[in-house]
Amino acid sequence: MSFKEALESGKFVVTAEIGPPKGTDIHEVIHHIELLKGKIDAANVTDNQSAVMRICSMAICKIALENGLEPILQMTCRDRNRIGLQSDLLGAYVLGIRNVLCMTGDYVTAGDHRDAKPVYDVESVQLLQIVEKLNNGKDMAGNELKGSTNFFYGAVVTPESDPVEPQLLKFEKKVKAGAKFFQTQAIYDIEAFKNFMKEARKFPVKILAGIVVLKSAGMANFMNKNVPGIRVPKELIEELKSAGKEKALDTGLNIAARHIKQLKDDNICDGVHIMAIGMEDKVPIIMERAGLI
Amino acid sequence: MVIAEIKSLADINEMIKSFRKIFIVGCGECVSVCLTGGQKQVELLSSALRISGRNDKEKRILKGKTISRQCEPKFLEQINKDIEESDAVLSMACGAGVQTLSEKFRKIPVFPAMDTKFIGVSDEAGNFIEMCSACGDCILSLTGGICPVTRCPKGLLNGPCGGSKNGKCEANPETPCAWLLIYEKMKELNKLEELKNINNPKDWSKNMRPGKVNAGI
Repeated sequence: MSFKEALESGKFVVTAEIGPPKGTDIHEVIHHIELLKGKIDAANVTDNQSAVMRICSMAICKIALENGLEPILQMTCRDRNRIGLQSDLLGAYVLGIRNVLCMTGDYVTAGDHRDAKPVYDVESVQLLQIVEKLNNGKDMAGNELKGSTNFFYGAVVTPESDPVEPQLLKFEKKVKAGAKFFQTQAIYDIEAFKNFMKEARKFPVKILAGIVVLKSAGMANFMNKNVPGIRVPKELIEELKSAGKEKALDTGLNIAARHIKQLKDDNICDGVHIMAIGMEDKVPIIMERAGLI
Repeated sequence: MVIAEIKSLADINEMIKSFRKIFIVGCGECVSVCLTGGQKQVELLSSALRISGRNDKEKRILKGKTISRQCEPKFLEQINKDIEESDAVLSMACGAGVQTLSEKFRKIPVFPAMDTKFIGVSDEAGNFIEMCSACGDCILSLTGGICPVTRCPKGLLNGPCGGSKNGKCEANPETPCAWLLIYEKMKELNKLEELKNINNPKDWSKNMRPGKVNAGI
């Protein structure tokens, strides 16, 4: 069953994130693909994540396909203008890539080429519209395509933004622009997430809650202070602290598993998107503890 | 107005190192208002260059004048004589001023003493802030009079990215998130519904360089 079919069937869907390497050694990424294959429904392949230059998303998507794991091409607007974006989308389609996640992309100063010229010719909402047009056999200028695409496409949303109203407004625009699924920024407060879902359920879209494993109380505090749109509640920080240094990561895995189980059992959303950030090997463990495999 | 700031003394010294008779030209327009290229700054730069060249074998001869508007050739007539007596010119105007000087006085090297930054205004704290990118396709009517093309580093046209924190920008934590400002302003104007409209990508052909406007005179 494809990622799209899985979501449409009402199955609780699991996606995870794969970060392409910096350099041409792809042994580790292939190992991660092998590890996740057959367990998750699809893998997001990041696009020069955090503006750090790496192998392009499209190449690793192709490698995932060849190794039996369905990819979701993450596509940001930071590094390509509208010609480059459309051209890459057509290229991805002929390589067999069927899912696209449309994002604006972190600003260049977040990464390792701070002196680069950022592009942002279009942004996430407009990129969604572009994909819709390509699916309908036309480019964004209205020219006929010889052979259209048939992408399943989605976007991101930050439910914990403060204030959340402007973010919800943009969410609505993304739905209007054609997004079929959303993967959220990491969420840690399930009650607060339920409030977001009340809003989201007004629209005919599938929502995958973002899960980022907490490795320690220090990491949780750091994210609270520095990462926009992430709010780790005090109780979780306490839980990690009282676990002690050696068991902090294991407790973090338990928290992730517990949240996933609750999201699924209480039918809060349509699935989860696990961002392991360098700990791809822990994804199967989390899934096992959540009772998904 | 056009905001410019002076280059480092080291950079300026590097440009003029092989010249003795230097003529510094200030401009009475924007750069005078933003306190970077007016008469006072001409005098300061002149002193600074004199001091930094004091150990040279052949002493530098520095002269300075500020003209009303450097980007207008007719105002340049008054410095014909000064130019004739100099080896090089240092312009303290914006890039338009430097190029007007350089075009008018073709036989003498004209160097920029300034980096032209942007079109902006001053804030309460005395900083100069960029307000307009001169994109050639103004959308201020859609965004409550606040320009996201300029004031959002990503130039987003359809709302904030996920990166704003405490009302500040992801790329620059000292800068307010332009889309939050727009949201608040549209709320005040009772026009939040309008923010739900999807804005199309900009027509960058209207921004093709070099820009040209026919005033129809």
